[in-house]
Amino acid sequence: MRPFSYQRATDPTAAVQALGAAAAANTPLTKATAQPLAGGTTLIDLMKLDVMRPAGIVDINPLAQGWSAIELKGDGLRLGALAKMADVAAHAEIERHYPVIANSLKLAASAQLRNMATLGGNVMQRTRCSYFRDVTYENCNKRNPGSGCAAMDGVNRMHAVLGVSDQCIATYPGDFAQALIALDAMVEITGRSGTRNMPFAELHKAPGSTPDIETTLQPGELISAFSVSGRWPRSVYLKARDRQSYEFALSSAAVALDAQDGTVREARIALGGVATVPWRAREAEALLKGQKFDDGLAQRVADAAFAEARGRRHNSFKIALGKRVVARALQQAVTMEI
Amino acid sequence: MTAAAPEPKENMGQPVSRYDAVVKVTGRATYASDMPLDNPAYAFLVTSAIAKGRIDRFGLDDARGVRGVIEIVTYENAPKLKDSKLFSDGGYAGTTIQPLKSAEISHDGEIIAVVVAESYEAAREAANRVKVSYTATAPSATFDSPGTTAAAAKGQNAQFKEDAKVGDFAKAFDAAEVKLTAAYDTPTQHHNPMELFTTSCAWMGDNLVIYEGSQYVYGLKNGVAEQLGIDADKVRVVNPYVGGGFGSRGSMTPRTAIIAAIARRLNRPIKLVPTRDQGFTITTYRAETRHEIKLGASRDGKLVALRHEGAEISSRADAYCVGGTKTTTRLYACANVDSLVSIVRADRNTPGFMRSPPEVPYLFALESAMDELAVKLNIDPVELRRINDTTNEPIGGKPYTSRALMACFDEAAKAFGWAQRSPQPRSMSDGDWLIGHGCAATCYPTQMAPSAARVRLQRDGRTRVEIAGHEIGTGAYTVIAQTAAERLGVPLEKVAVFMGDSDLPPAPVAGGSNSTASTCSAVMMVCDQIRQRLFKAVMPGQSLTDRAKETVGLGQTPATQAAKSDRPLDLEKAFDALGVGVVEEYGEWKPEGAPLDSFRAMHSGHPRLVGGHQMKDQIAYAFGAEFVEVRVNRFTHEIRCPRLVGAFAAGRIVNPRTARSQLMGGLIWGMSSALLEATEIDERNARYVNDNLADYLLPVNADVSGVEVIMLSEQDDRINPAGVKGLGELANVGTNAAICNAIHHATGQRIRKLPVRLENIEV
Ligand SMILES: Cc1cc2nc3c(=O)[nH]c(=O)nc-3n(C[C@H](O)[C@H](O)[C@H](O)COP(=O)(O)OP(=O)(O)OC[C@H]3O[C@@H](n4cnc5c(N)ncnc54)[C@H](O)[C@@H]3O)c2cc1C
Ligand code: SF4
Repeated sequence: MRPFSYQRATDPTAAVQALGAAAAANTPLTKATAQPLAGGTTLIDLMKLDVMRPAGIVDINPLAQGWSAIELKGDGLRLGALAKMADVAAHAEIERHYPVIANSLKLAASAQLRNMATLGGNVMQRTRCSYFRDVTYENCNKRNPGSGCAAMDGVNRMHAVLGVSDQCIATYPGDFAQALIALDAMVEITGRSGTRNMPFAELHKAPGSTPDIETTLQPGELISAFSVSGRWPRSVYLKARDRQSYEFALSSAAVALDAQDGTVREARIALGGVATVPWRAREAEALLKGQKFDDGLAQRVADAAFAEARGRRHNSFKIALGKRVVARALQQAVTMEI
Repeated sequence: MTAAAPEPKENMGQPVSRYDAVVKVTGRATYASDMPLDNPAYAFLVTSAIAKGRIDRFGLDDARGVRGVIEIVTYENAPKLKDSKLFSDGGYAGTTIQPLKSAEISHDGEIIAVVVAESYEAAREAANRVKVSYTATAPSATFDSPGTTAAAAKGQNAQFKEDAKVGDFAKAFDAAEVKLTAAYDTPTQHHNPMELFTTSCAWMGDNLVIYEGSQYVYGLKNGVAEQLGIDADKVRVVNPYVGGGFGSRGSMTPRTAIIAAIARRLNRPIKLVPTRDQGFTITTYRAETRHEIKLGASRDGKLVALRHEGAEISSRADAYCVGGTKTTTRLYACANVDSLVSIVRADRNTPGFMRSPPEVPYLFALESAMDELAVKLNIDPVELRRINDTTNEPIGGKPYTSRALMACFDEAAKAFGWAQRSPQPRSMSDGDWLIGHGCAATCYPTQMAPSAARVRLQRDGRTRVEIAGHEIGTGAYTVIAQTAAERLGVPLEKVAVFMGDSDLPPAPVAGGSNSTASTCSAVMMVCDQIRQRLFKAVMPGQSLTDRAKETVGLGQTPATQAAKSDRPLDLEKAFDALGVGVVEEYGEWKPEGAPLDSFRAMHSGHPRLVGGHQMKDQIAYAFGAEFVEVRVNRFTHEIRCPRLVGAFAAGRIVNPRTARSQLMGGLIWGMSSALLEATEIDERNARYVNDNLADYLLPVNADVSGVEVIMLSEQDDRINPAGVKGLGELANVGTNAAICNAIHHATGQRIRKLPVRLENIEV
């Protein structure tokens, strides 16, 4: 870890000012000299590993008063970016109306981490690629653009099979983001010129030729809230992992259905643990629309979800696994008692 | 009595709570790096980013510019240290690779620089700023990597003396009615004790104090003294508590002498706290192994031929090996046995002891093969063990001192409900989960080593026991206190135990599960010396022979017998007759068959472990049987193990509470080893990849739902005066095979490579 300056943001304006003022033009967000600190469970970790070296930290926790509300109003949901994972996971109304959200959070990390970590920090968490996290490896395009990718032919069991490029195959590791993208959530962004809303699906960027650019956020912008319209009681989050808790997904599926008597009116499917960004399987969803659900259909949908998948030495198993997870999540959602 | 404090059976002590329970749960137990130092400097290690090659240049300007940096030590300016021999060659070290000696690099993560600064933070920051240019050569990572060399263990490793064989294996296998040949693999594993591999070194004039979590303070003291070229009496190692060892702290690692020498140069105490990932390369680990088992049997299940061939990875520099064939060739009756162990050298750090080093990988192979054979023969796996049970080991024909293998199978089978299992694979399920039941035998050699102790008794019964034993979490303080209290007939609360300090009388390495047997035998003997003195005072005219034994239970009789015949000694009367305030005795105990130089070796930090198959006319092992339930998800193929049941017989159980914890921990470690633990190696560069506790998978609470430990009552008077068989490393031996056997039962699929992960299941 390197020395850094620490500043507590007293209000949103001061926070975005402090973050934006320090930023040089054209620096990717993750390399900006000032970084916001929420629960710190990703940021401090990466600073200790010397992967992130911000000169300054802007602690946004004082904004929690205004930015941590959990609100169900009308038929929608609004979640403050500083709400703790644990609080949202245990919220009775969310469990009832948005099981996919509650479970994506409950099945993530550990109780201790969920108590510290915020929703905003959670969606912004960075990949767990071992080579990215070990600075003794020069070759990581995400950390050192243009240096190559150590994972491509290295130990890549945890890596992605969807959304990969020949520059980077790092998995987006989070769970909650899959629920958000499945539910067509919006993200509210507070910047120096006020707040704006955009589809959550536009927040993350696939690696392409610039794996160091992970989101469309600019230095000086903060996520202040997430919102979802409609209720999604028929929704599940299914997560396959090596151990029963405190472990990232090898493959997960966030599924939300509008269905009656086995006929699907509308379906939303997102995939976790297998893709470089929160991943929406739109072509697969389309196969379900208006259809009578059966196991054969589930299989076709699962195949479609992974049609573009590209496996490597240690992670090819994720393709077959991911299909089974999607099919099972769909079955569970269809048969759910609501 | 509760589950945690089981009712003592015949030949068991009381399940008293831990001697150190309160200090531990209140956080007041001081571990090595908690020890206060006077004006310390802080060290941080820089370790190599390549596994093979040389350092061309260091770029140190940036690092030196960090405020608070005192010195950066590299091979160019490092203090000179003497080499240390490997423990198996009569030395103290777990590796002969001595870092900071030259520009050469022989494994990933080798120590290449030590940054010393006024604060930990400054040292760490400066270490991050050290630039190193290397010339790297392609390393050989593991089995199948080009450039490795393989050769028989015999002749390279002084402690591996023979490839056990008897009869004519080839002929018998050829003629066998039923044959099985199968290959098994076990992965690289790292101990990962909670306490990091810290060391603090402080000089007072010519005397050095080392605070370091060690499983062998006498070994470390003598080893560091040798490397520094100073008198061992000037070195003291202190660690009243050790935050887990699992073998990783049994032999000396290079870090200690380096830090001590730098502290001497700077004339300041130095504290080193390495990171978790550095712990993967600056100490030892369990190397990956490969096995081929051949079993020949008659149709009714009798083994007629058995061959076990094992291969193990070691470093280029050292021929470390575990050679578990010594156990697998002796477990079952079989007239024709053959074995071969070989060592494959790669560009790796030297492996070392880890949780039942030989038995875990080798019994995984044998006990999986036994299950495969049972399936082939259509015989219940428990019955197959019964058919091949034996009172004498087949290689030398020596009798087991006691052997309760089948009694353990029967008790555990009953508790588990084995009879309700439907033997057909894939025949049991519950919703999304396929259910499998499996079992395996477990065993561990009974080992003892010379040990000394000093005991001081006062008129009011207050007792002080001093012994350089180690509390690595096993309950050593507790069982030593119990032994002294029982032997002297004083209340347990009056006994104080001092351990973890090389200024105390020597005890052996806390390894090979020998501690309770060795230290309690020594403490019993010294307590008896005290009783003798007191007895002489009360009955001056009496001869010490018959009358003494009858009155105060003298001599090396097993604890239970002594306890039964004892009459309480009237302490006050005895002290008054003696006319002193304190009676203090020191004594040195050695097990039967210990070599002639035992006591000298004990003081110079060489444990002379005896026992297991190396005894003269007998063979001593503790036994157990383990039954597990696994669940395999039909959709995700996730594997969980909700139920582990083990029954064990290990001689006298000094404390059923601490013994149960040890056995329970063993079962959990066993499950961990079967399903989770593996260090991944990047074969291109021979580097460890998942070197942290998030990626190196260990079970979390949610993975451990049902663990049942059954302790059988067993009395064995032929092993040691305490009647104790080590059990710390007994339980994790059988679990790997039991789980794979259960996976076969659940899925019909036989998996011969550990750990078993969801991608290995093809249901
Ligand atoms: C061992 C381990 C296991 C884990 N397992 C899982 C798991 O199974 N599933 C899972 O989903 N997650 C898992 N996590 C990740 C964990 O959930 C995240 O670290 C956590 O959610 C991050 O939240 P935080 O508030 O601590 O973020 P911080 O660490 O404070 O911030 C993370 C990043 O986001 C930025 N940031 C924070 N808040 C905002 C904001 N409002 N606007 C813009 N940028 C912001 C920070 O600058 C930083 O770059 C695990 C983490 C660990 C350490
Ligand atoms: S996968 Fe991406 S993050 Fe990992 S090493 Fe390659 S470029 Fe770096």
